[in-house]
Amino acid sequence: MTRIKLLLLQIMVAVVSLAIWHILTTYPIFGRMLLPPFFFSNPVEVVKQIYVWFATGVIWKHLYVTLIEAMLAFAIGSVGGVLVGFWFARQPRTAAVFDPYVKMANALPRVVLAPIFTLWLGLGIWSKVALGVTLVFFIVFFNVYQGVKEVSPTVLANARMLGMSERQLMRHVYWPSALSWMFSSLHTSVGFAVVGAVVGEYLGAAAGLGYLIQQAEGVFDVAGVFAGMFVLAAFVIVIDTIVTIVEKRLLVWRPVVGEARP
Amino acid sequence: MTETAAITAPARIGDAAIALNGVDVAFRLADGGVYRAVQSATLAVADGEFVSIVGPTGCGKSTLLNIAAGLLAPAAGHVDIFGNVLATLNRQAGYLFQADALFPWKTALENVAIGLETAGTPQAEARARAGDWLSRVGLGSFGDRYPHMLSGGQRKRVGLAQVLIRDPKILLMDEPFGPLDAQTRQIMGNLLLDLWSADRKAVLFVTHDLEEAIALSDRVVIMSAGPAARIIGDWRVKLSRPRDIAEIKLDPAFHDLHREIWQMLKSEVIKGYAQAERA
Repeated sequence: MTRIKLLLLQIMVAVVSLAIWHILTTYPIFGRMLLPPFFFSNPVEVVKQIYVWFATGVIWKHLYVTLIEAMLAFAIGSVGGVLVGFWFARQPRTAAVFDPYVKMANALPRVVLAPIFTLWLGLGIWSKVALGVTLVFFIVFFNVYQGVKEVSPTVLANARMLGMSERQLMRHVYWPSALSWMFSSLHTSVGFAVVGAVVGEYLGAAAGLGYLIQQAEGVFDVAGVFAGMFVLAAFVIVIDTIVTIVEKRLLVWRPVVGEARP
Repeated sequence: MTETAAITAPARIGDAAIALNGVDVAFRLADGGVYRAVQSATLAVADGEFVSIVGPTGCGKSTLLNIAAGLLAPAAGHVDIFGNVLATLNRQAGYLFQADALFPWKTALENVAIGLETAGTPQAEARARAGDWLSRVGLGSFGDRYPHMLSGGQRKRVGLAQVLIRDPKILLMDEPFGPLDAQTRQIMGNLLLDLWSADRKAVLFVTHDLEEAIALSDRVVIMSAGPAARIIGDWRVKLSRPRDIAEIKLDPAFHDLHREIWQMLKSEVIKGYAQAERA
């Protein structure tokens, strides 16, 4: 399938879905409206709402806040995950002591932490960052831990026979291996950073996409809720594309499945 | 043509590059028992000598190499490297592993250069010399490739360059050409002999392929099937050098020696398989 054809098909899916949505919410079928506009709004209203947001420029502030929160959550969560992941992987005894607590903390649904963070850190961006950090941290932590643990024993033995000191092993073997595992989970961890920010905003904030959706929902403005969702979806796709580009540059040494030998 | 020595006479053991003295290897099992892999192995490799160890699958050949490399400590006995007892990692040895041991996140050039960089050679100089070595193994234009972009044979060449660039006095090789196809093995064998003949390091080469062992070596050592594998034979290969792996296999002397060693090896191979079936 060529790129153009693929793109056309992808656009067609959107067009057909929107058309069905529009028809079912606008025209009665057999004397009945299948999707009541009060609950489902319709595409025209949603587009209008999105247009208004961008035309008046209200949306930029909210996008900016969500982006900042997600980026901070990702940065802090990643640094923490890398440090603790390395520490635990190199100190099996520490890892064994903390193991049940790590599992416990990770199993906890993060949403229940949101009220605590709001109490501790207020309604500003930091309570959302904290929520995002709790999500990102564990993904990065588990991947780095695995990455350090699962260095091939042969590669390790080879490194030692080549005369590497403990520090050189860190730099040339453990670190690249851990990073590769971390980067392979980049999509998930960036996604969770956004989830943390939006959910945090939804539960109590003064700005951000989550706040926007929550406000619309509060006044039964269904078009506003849908508009918020679409803006959020577009935002996530843009971020995901950037992650893909970054990933390709960083993991150039890794084989791509199905790739022909150059 | 050939002579059959008993277990290596320890006459030159003092000045040997590698001397295994009554080495036992044992592993602790999960159920608390002890698995004795190798029993009282005594073997000396003189400086500049090419010695192959041949034995059935699972007889502990690779384990002996790990002992000589200092990656593993013997349960009994000791290893002398140029007359000094080996207590830590063997710093004088280069080790070519059976499995892929290149760093997948480094290019071929970086992989070869790393052995010098760890020893404190400035990066620019290390890279320049690594380029030379890549040319010597026939991969001069492949420096910027990552290991996954190279074929199995090419990866082995990079591995060889990675080890030899450090100029180790001893070369330990664990079935390095095992996973390669027959033609590539021959080419790699000749490449190895070429590089080796330039400065004659002491080589301890492990293989299950008797033909390969005879074609390459000065001496062929046979191990019995495990557990508690022992060294049961030691043959001197009196074929002239330089050799060509493909041609030397046509030499009648090669055949005589092969037949003679195979007589002993055959029963051990059968035992080895029976052992593996039961396990």
